[in-house]
Amino acid sequence: MRHSLTFEDILARARTEWGDLQKKTHISVSAATCGRAAGALEVIDCFKDELGRRNLEVPVIQVGCLGLCYADPLVIISKPGSLRIAYSRVTPQIVPRLVEGYIEGDDPCLDLALGVLETDGDGAAYIPELTRFEHERRIILRRCGYIDPENIAHYIANGGYYALRTALTMTPEEIIEELEKSGLRGRGGAGFPTYRKWQSCHDAGTRPKYVICNADEGDPGAFMDRVVLESDPHAVLEGMIIAGYAVGSEQGYIYVRAEYPLAMERVRVALRQAEEWGLLGENILGSKFSFHVEIAAGAGAFVSGEATALVAALEGKRSEPRVRPPRLAEAGLWGKPTLLNNVKTLACVPVILQKGAAWFASIGTEESRGTAVFTLAGKVANVGLAEVPMGTTLRKLIYDIGGGIAKNKQFKGVQIGGPSGGCLPVSLLDSPIDYDSLREAGSMMGSGGMIIMDEDNCMVDAARFFVDFSTKESCGKCTMCRLGTLQMLQILQDICAGKAGMDDLDLLMALAEDVKTGSLCGLGKTAPNPVLTTLRHFRDEYEAHILRKCCPARVCPDLIAYYIVPERCERGCEHCVLTCPTEAIKGGKGDTKVIDQGKCSKCGTCIEVCPPEYNAVIKVSPVDLLPGAHLASGK
Amino acid sequence: MTTSARNETSIDLKEIFSHYTKEKKNLIPLLQEAQVKAGYLSEEAMEQISYFLGVPLIKVWEVATFYNQFRFVPVGKHHIRVCMGTACHLAGARLILEALERELKIKVGETSPDGNFSLERVACIGCCMLAPVMVIGDRIHPRMTPFKVEEVLIPFAQQQGSPKAG
Repeated sequence: MRHSLTFEDILARARTEWGDLQKKTHISVSAATCGRAAGALEVIDCFKDELGRRNLEVPVIQVGCLGLCYADPLVIISKPGSLRIAYSRVTPQIVPRLVEGYIEGDDPCLDLALGVLETDGDGAAYIPELTRFEHERRIILRRCGYIDPENIAHYIANGGYYALRTALTMTPEEIIEELEKSGLRGRGGAGFPTYRKWQSCHDAGTRPKYVICNADEGDPGAFMDRVVLESDPHAVLEGMIIAGYAVGSEQGYIYVRAEYPLAMERVRVALRQAEEWGLLGENILGSKFSFHVEIAAGAGAFVSGEATALVAALEGKRSEPRVRPPRLAEAGLWGKPTLLNNVKTLACVPVILQKGAAWFASIGTEESRGTAVFTLAGKVANVGLAEVPMGTTLRKLIYDIGGGIAKNKQFKGVQIGGPSGGCLPVSLLDSPIDYDSLREAGSMMGSGGMIIMDEDNCMVDAARFFVDFSTKESCGKCTMCRLGTLQMLQILQDICAGKAGMDDLDLLMALAEDVKTGSLCGLGKTAPNPVLTTLRHFRDEYEAHILRKCCPARVCPDLIAYYIVPERCERGCEHCVLTCPTEAIKGGKGDTKVIDQGKCSKCGTCIEVCPPEYNAVIKVSPVDLLPGAHLASGK
Repeated sequence: MTTSARNETSIDLKEIFSHYTKEKKNLIPLLQEAQVKAGYLSEEAMEQISYFLGVPLIKVWEVATFYNQFRFVPVGKHHIRVCMGTACHLAGARLILEALERELKIKVGETSPDGNFSLERVACIGCCMLAPVMVIGDRIHPRMTPFKVEEVLIPFAQQQGSPKAG
C-alpha cells in the first residue's frame, strides 16, 4: 500500500516543478509524430550539442503539437523576464544562431520568429501574431504544444486533475447531470449525447463495469486523437477516471491504433505517473474509489472504431460489429455494462467539471455545444489542427485558419469525416459546421478529419479512393457491404478508365442506397456517402469521364497523356530522357523530345524533373487532344 | 503439440508467454509480440500460441488473418511502408508506390528474393502535412516524388554492394 497524498500536496509539488522551470531559460520543441517527421529530434540533438559546446545549462524539453504542423519543427524559447518566442521550421543550421542570439544574447532573431507564445484566459496557448487564433477557441487543445506530455507536474500545474478532485466530492448522479447540462455530444462522429451513455451505464445493475476510450482513429487523413494523446494524455486519462467514478467502474481500457507508437508510449508514461502520484489505482486521492487502466494496441482494422467491433477486438476476437440492442451499456465487454467514449469526448469532461456546464454550453450552437477539433489536410496552405466553436463556417476554417488553398490553386471541394463522410463543394463553404448541418448536406462530422481538394484533384478518383478503402476494410459480415461496395468500386474504376456508360451512374446510385440499407454498422451504412455526395455536387466530372473520356483534373491515368511542348523544350537539356524509368522519351541533345505513348507509364517523373523555367511537359485529357497522337504512339 | 519441421523459422515464445495469463483476450497481444520478435507470424508461432491459450489453431488463424497488422511472410531487411491515406493519395501516393514496385522489382506485399526489401501499403500514419510519405524502417521520408524514390533508395542499394543499374 502506498501512502495517499492529498491533492494539496500534489498540487504544491507540481507547481514547484513547473515554477522552477519557468524561472529558467528553457527550450521547448514540438516533438509529436508530426514534429518528429519534420526533424524535431535532430533539432533537439543540435540544441543539446550547441548548448554543451557553450557550457550553457538550459533544459530542452519535448512538448506536443501546437496544431501548426506546417510550421514544424516548431521551437519555443522561454526566457524569464523576456518574451516567449516561437520559431517555425527550425533547421539544424539555424540552431547556433538561436543559441547565440536569444539564449546567450538578447537578440530574439525576429526574422526567424513566428511570433510570441502567450496564454489566454482559459490557459490556452496561442500566438497573437497569427490571425488564425482570433477564430479559434481552444479547449481540448489548450495545453497541446505548451506542456511536456511526459511530465504529470506540467499537467497538474496547468489545471489538471482539479476536476477529478471535484468529481470525487460529487455524487455520480451530480456528475452526469452536469454533463447533461453541458450538452456534450460524442466527438467520435455520430454525436450521441454523452450523458445518456453515462446514465445507462450507471443505471445498469450488473458488475463489474468497464470504461473504454476509443483511440482507434482509423480515418485515413485524420490525426486529432493522435495529437491529443501525444500532447496531453492526462486530459484523456482524467476524463476516463471521472467516467469510471460516475458509472461505477473500476477498470478502463484505452484502445490505441497500432500505427501510433508514440501515442501509445506517452499514454503508458501517463498511466505510470498517475499511479505514482496517487491519481490512478487503489483509493484514488485517499477516497474509496479505485480505478485501473490498461492499454490495448489495435491491430489495424478500420472497423474496430465501431463500438461493438472494438469490444470484440478487446476480447481477442475478429473485430466484427454485432446487432444492437443490447447496447454496450447493458452488455458490452465480456457481456458486462460498458461505457465507450472517443478520446476528445473524454478530454472535454474535466474542463466541463472545472469550469461548469454553463460555461461549456455557452460555446457553440443550440444543438451542438462546445468546440470541434479538425485536422486540416490536403491542399490547404497551413496543414495542421484547429479547434473552433461549433457553428463556425467552413470558409472561416479553410481560409481564415487554414490560410486558403496552397500554391494559389482553386478550391474544389472538402471531404469531411473521411470514408464515411461526404464531399462538399464551393457553394456550401458558408454552411456552419455542426452535427446537424453537416448531416443535412450529406456529410457528417465524423471524427473531424477534413481533407481539402483543389483543381488538381479528380472527384471521381477521390470517390473511388474512399470506396476502395471501405472495400478493403469491410469486415465481410454483411453481404451488401462486402460485395456491394466491391461492385461500386468496379463501376467507379470503369468510369475512371473511360469504360463506363451513363446508365452506370443510375446503377451506382441504386447500389449506394442498397449498401446503406443492407449494412449493419456505420462502416457499411456510410461507405456510399463519398459517392453520393460527389454525384450530387460534381456530376459534371462523372459525365466528363463517361461522355468525353476526359478527366478534367488530369488525374485518372487511362484518360490522360503526357506531352512535351516542342516550343518550350530546351533542346540542350536531357533531364527527362535520362530519368524516364521506362525509356519512353526519345531525342538526344539538340533534338525535340517526344514521348513514346506506348511505353509511357504515366509516372510523372518528366514533369517533376523538367526545369521550371521551361515547364515543357504537360498532361492532356482526353487523350485525343494529344497533338500528333497518331504519330507519337508506339505504333 | 505439433512442431514444425522448418528449423529456419524456429521460434521460442516461452519468454513472451511468461508475461501473460492463459486468457483468450491475450490472443491479439500475443500475436503482436510474436510478430515483433520474428518480424512475421510463422505457422509455428501460431501453433505455440494456440497450444498456450488452449484455443484451436483455426481460431488463431481466423483472428490473425482478420487484422491488417499481421504478416505471414518474413519482412525484408529494409521494410518499406507507403502511406495510402487520403492526403497522401491526393498528393500522388499511387505514383510513389508504383515507383517503388518498379525500382525494387517486387509488388506490394512482397519481399525481394534477396530478403533485402519488402513493400507494404498502410492506411495512414498521421503525417498528412508531409504528404506523400513513405517509411523505411522507422524513418519517415516526407514529400516524396517518383524521382526522389530512386534517390532515397540509393544508400540502401549500395549497402548491399550492388549499385543500381540505370
